[in-house]
Amino acid sequence: MKMLLTGARVIDPAQNINDFMDVLLEDGKIAKIDADLSPSLKTKDRGKIQILKLKGKLIAPGLMDMHTHLREPGLEYKETIASGANAAVVGGFTSIACMPNTEPINDNRSITEFIKRKAAQAALAHVYPIGAISRNSAGTQLTEFWDLKDAGAVAFSDDGKPVMDAALMRRALEYAHSLSLPVISHCEDTNLSAGGQMNEGYYSTILGLRGTPSIAEEIMVARDILIAEFTRAAVHIAHVSTAGSVDLIRTAKKRGIKITAETAPHYFTLTDDALQAYSTNLKVNPPLRSAADVKAIKAGLADGTIDVIASDHAPHARTDKELEFEYAASGISGLETSLALSLRLIHEQVLTWPELISKMSLQPARILNLAKGTLKPGADGDVTVIDPERIWTVNVKSFRSSGKNSPFDGWEMQGKAILTIVDGEIKYDDRAQDKEA
Amino acid sequence: MKFDRKDILGMKDLSLGEINTILETAESFLEISTREIKKVPTLRGKTIINFFFEASTRTRTSFEIAGKRLSADTINISASTSSLVKGETLIDTARNLEAMNPDIIVIRHPAAGAPHSLAKMVKQSIINAGDGAHEHPSQALLDMLTIKERKGFIAGLKVAIIGDIAHSRVARSNIYGLSKMGAQVVLAGPATMLPRDIEQMGIKVYTKLEEAIVDADVVMMLRIQLEREKQNIFPSLREYSRHYCLNACTIKLAKPDAIVMHPGPINRGIEISPDIADDPSCSVILDQVNKGVAVRMALLYLLSGGKE
Repeated sequence: MKMLLTGARVIDPAQNINDFMDVLLEDGKIAKIDADLSPSLKTKDRGKIQILKLKGKLIAPGLMDMHTHLREPGLEYKETIASGANAAVVGGFTSIACMPNTEPINDNRSITEFIKRKAAQAALAHVYPIGAISRNSAGTQLTEFWDLKDAGAVAFSDDGKPVMDAALMRRALEYAHSLSLPVISHCEDTNLSAGGQMNEGYYSTILGLRGTPSIAEEIMVARDILIAEFTRAAVHIAHVSTAGSVDLIRTAKKRGIKITAETAPHYFTLTDDALQAYSTNLKVNPPLRSAADVKAIKAGLADGTIDVIASDHAPHARTDKELEFEYAASGISGLETSLALSLRLIHEQVLTWPELISKMSLQPARILNLAKGTLKPGADGDVTVIDPERIWTVNVKSFRSSGKNSPFDGWEMQGKAILTIVDGEIKYDDRAQDKEA
Repeated sequence: MKFDRKDILGMKDLSLGEINTILETAESFLEISTREIKKVPTLRGKTIINFFFEASTRTRTSFEIAGKRLSADTINISASTSSLVKGETLIDTARNLEAMNPDIIVIRHPAAGAPHSLAKMVKQSIINAGDGAHEHPSQALLDMLTIKERKGFIAGLKVAIIGDIAHSRVARSNIYGLSKMGAQVVLAGPATMLPRDIEQMGIKVYTKLEEAIVDADVVMMLRIQLEREKQNIFPSLREYSRHYCLNACTIKLAKPDAIVMHPGPINRGIEISPDIADDPSCSVILDQVNKGVAVRMALLYLLSGGKE
């Protein structure tokens, strides 16, 4: 089966392409990419080829979200692997990595294999499990990294149960390095953040909510930088939220330390003053920070300090959120709004198109050592087509994710994935509204 | 002035005009509590639920007496645990209460913002009787009524609030209320008890009791929660009381006619010496309790659609 994508601008940072090109997919792979492929098609093929005319659209390598929570096994009432993968393709993601904080924790190969099997059954986006660093994410004993890798794990993280023991973190980085897999660190000193409900500052003071200080994150970023430098191993910092973290990572990169970092759309879109109505959909960990932090996050994205935008997709059921603020679960269902929120960075001229696409495809693929995030001939046929002009309104009721917990409900957005192609197959098609020839 | 507010959630939301209306209404109710028959038929047929998720004697009793003196039917529900612990979400609790058709729900809750969430879910009036470390508007209003009675006015007075500001809803409500009324509010406490960026509320902040109470017209002492010692908010009660206890010596720094307030219950000898607490020439602590009933009568009355 062949598919020709024609008439659109192609952005492929790996090949430095940002031009009008045709892309031909064949047998689930990228077959050709060139200025005009139509003359090269044999006449006898014409009937058998699916031609998609995409004038005014953008073709990008399939987007990758390296930080999601799919809740299965154990917490299927919040999300399943199938519903999460469905949300992924709606959001334009052909690949997602999922954190290990399921029940039970993904700390052994049987869980990793289960996730891979469920993802294969769903047959939507590629799903890459992240294995736990420590058994039951208890922070004491390493999991079997090698076995987890063989089963399909692409990285290790204890995610929301941060590794407080620096000696364990050191061993994790060293051992993962020998397997060429990264460790993803959720940087939070849990002594400093204990009881924290929101960013510590003026707004936590007037709202009477316990604050999580910025140093709870920054102290751990600094620690992990030092461990990475000492061990010469790679570390990836999850969901950077503070100006201080951006500074630390920027300096570490200049010193040649193997550090990469991601942030999530809410950290460059929302600030802590938004919590004044105690809306639990704004409760997230790390918490929404100050306007100065948002500015620093944008600067970090612009100068390359922050490599990746990942949604930290954290779906929850109504029963987890319709509670007193202190008792409500943290997290935002982010897969279906991540791209549109990130596109605002282009409208604000924080990022160029190739920079943005790179942070949402090529960069996460490189960090996870996956041969993805490019449209080079021979690469997997994962493609995301974006309509940069489409105006649409976020409606959580129409989310394919089971998690309707989004503070962006009702927001008007510009720009949307309209076609998500995985291994050469269309998994999401929202071209219906475009009636052009 | 017309009072058309559905809920009383915090001093942050109340305008100067609304505060004055409440205080004037409360003043007019003071007399009822001195009568032999302490009851007027004003709220006959109205139902008030006192819904307390946190232990409270004086506030709950004060609201109950206030309702009864206005002839409302008052019901007390005490839940020692939160709705979450019971396995019931706040929305279910709210819907259940709503279905019983009360007129006003008075709520105290350990989680900041819980009354605000409840107010959005139900059509009944909500009065916040204290939410976490956030607000306690009826306490601030009774404090202001006490000050007004003693001093004749509030504008221009210097009010020093001393103690654990970080965990105090009384402090926050008073900062908002007193600032709106034109008082100068200053705070003092060890840095561990001063929440971050509190000076952005437009007030002066000190770490020494002696600095804050110089020339104060009103000294408001806050209750120390004894269990905070374990959280390293302060090293020991002994050390705290040596430096932050209001006593005969430190009170001399305030104006000679300064009044001393405390939201209660007091820890004698820890934040306030018994001599000061019991000295009728400066202590208005029991007066505050007395004013509390009138203020709560005013709130119930105004929310029930009463006209000034």
